[in-house]
Amino acid sequence: MNGFGGFLLRRAAGTLITLLAVSVLVYVVFYATPGNVAQITCGPRCSPEQVHQVAAQLRLDDPLYLRYFHFLQGLFVGQDYSTGTSVEHCAAPCLGLSYQSDQQVLTLLLAKLPVSLSLVAGAMVLWLVIGVGTGVLSAWRRGRLSERVLTVLTLAGWATPVFVLGLVLMIVVCGELQLLPFPQYVRFGDDPEQWAWNLLLPWLSLALIEAAAFARLTRSAMLETLAEDHIRTFRAYGVGERAIVGRHALRGALAPVIALNANNVGSAIGGAVLTETLFGLPGIGQELVHAVKVVDLPVVVGMVLVVAFFVVIANAVADVLYALADRRVVLA
Amino acid sequence: MSEALVAVEAAGADITAPAASGARQFWRRLRAQRAALVAAAVVALLVLVALAAPLLTALEGQDPTTYHPGLVDSARGGVPIGSLGGISAEHWLGVEPQTGRDLFARLVEGARVSLGVAFAATLIQVLIGVTIGVAAAMGSRWLDQVLSRVTDIIVALPLMIMALALLAVVPASFPRPVLVALVIGLIAWGNVAKIVRAQTLTLKGLDHVAAARLSGWGAVRVARRELLPGLAAPVITYAALLVPTNISAEAALSFLGVGVKPPTPSWGQMITAADVWYQAAPQYLLFPAGALFTTVLALTVLGDGVRTALDPRAASRLRVGTGRARKEDAA
Repeated sequence: MNGFGGFLLRRAAGTLITLLAVSVLVYVVFYATPGNVAQITCGPRCSPEQVHQVAAQLRLDDPLYLRYFHFLQGLFVGQDYSTGTSVEHCAAPCLGLSYQSDQQVLTLLLAKLPVSLSLVAGAMVLWLVIGVGTGVLSAWRRGRLSERVLTVLTLAGWATPVFVLGLVLMIVVCGELQLLPFPQYVRFGDDPEQWAWNLLLPWLSLALIEAAAFARLTRSAMLETLAEDHIRTFRAYGVGERAIVGRHALRGALAPVIALNANNVGSAIGGAVLTETLFGLPGIGQELVHAVKVVDLPVVVGMVLVVAFFVVIANAVADVLYALADRRVVLA
Repeated sequence: MSEALVAVEAAGADITAPAASGARQFWRRLRAQRAALVAAAVVALLVLVALAAPLLTALEGQDPTTYHPGLVDSARGGVPIGSLGGISAEHWLGVEPQTGRDLFARLVEGARVSLGVAFAATLIQVLIGVTIGVAAAMGSRWLDQVLSRVTDIIVALPLMIMALALLAVVPASFPRPVLVALVIGLIAWGNVAKIVRAQTLTLKGLDHVAAARLSGWGAVRVARRELLPGLAAPVITYAALLVPTNISAEAALSFLGVGVKPPTPSWGQMITAADVWYQAAPQYLLFPAGALFTTVLALTVLGDGVRTALDPRAASRLRVGTGRARKEDAA
């Protein structure tokens, strides 16, 4: 157990260092880029004096390392911001204030988070079930017509951009057939049934696209396991094909599927941004796209860091799960 | 679509497998796959269209940016006049609603943008990834630590989010297609570096590389003469699968309105604009969406075919739409 404890410690330390380095990189890249932030924030009609005032207020004249230090300070112990007329305290973990609305970035994010979580969590359940299910089915029916159909469908899902699938679904289901109204976010607390109905199409769009990757991986991992010697032994003992595929071969696909689900967090969040924009769901993705368009840097940087945080943590968790599934990893 | 899958699959692949022997064998194996051949033909056609885009639009007698207000019905909100979105001998695929710009011209110019950005981004990813990967594997322990950590950080950055954010802060005066290619290329090279580092470490242990190093060759010469040939197979395989990923990324960014901006045409951008016109002018949505789908599909199938041709053992494991199950598998 000592070996495993040490592995956990090393992994946790590595994760912390990575997170810190990501924050430095993201901060420097965004705040060191050319472009007059004060001018953009103030608006095109601002006089030079006003622009200067905004720059002072945003501490844009301080050297970069000092500003990063302030940022870290805010993150760990909180920070006071002067908004011109009053002083606002931003408690730790503070990601700064939006240039546009003077709201705290974290407050903005937290307000939008339930929408994005609803979207991604629901879609994840669907893509794991559909993806792994399709993979198992096509490994089981290998060599038959149904496998070829599934393979073609998987490939089609793989090649379709999420915003095209979503758009087509919306046009057909809501526009032409009028089976569902055009999605509008309803809070789970207000009406769980309406919440689910309205999220159905966004879930499907995101899930069907992501499921393709899982179907591909599950199928190939299972076929690999099926070719191994111990499976032949099971067959020789007369174990049924259903048990071999459903139990023993599926076990071989478990570790790669865990790894993919973790590696995929970043791309799934990217897909969620597209889905939210397409369906007009007021989640953090839509907020990010808006912040990007008005160059609201604190919001952009805050969002990027939060997403990167999720990605790094997901990878660390996957490593630990992987190590639990295969103890040889600990030695590496 | 997802780069993550490609990375996970690559991580599972047996990198100690001998590199494919020779270009001739590669072609023979690629030719043996029907789906990959069809895909290669489609890709070749698309590349040709992209290269000859100005020629094709000249042949049609149109260009992608001229407005034709006379061809849209301003009384009905700008719907193209005529059947099927204004398809005619002058406008082969009809015209855009509202502006009346020629759709065929915008579609083929869009192919140029899409493929150009994707290939350029892939090139950047491969150049950075190979350099960092080889340097990490061949350099000192300290250098390896630093470069591997940097790679870990890069892998942790989600492409879409980072690109979306980065594209916002760069001044609008910078040429957009170049910028999109640069941003995608500079963010998403982490997995190339990881694969190259692992493969180089394996190669380093082989006798011919050790002999070259012992005979006093410089690091650059060893890398170029002894390592790069062994790296070619995994790098080409991975690059072939990165191209469709990059196409999707560019389309997605343009769809969000931060990628390639008008008047430069782009498929993703056309799909956004077509959103509200689907009833009055469905072809405005169908053409760019179909082009995008076909391109990504053909490039993916070709990428799978390239992998199969370079690593037949992976082929027997993966076989994605390119062949039948082996006999011994079919119980």
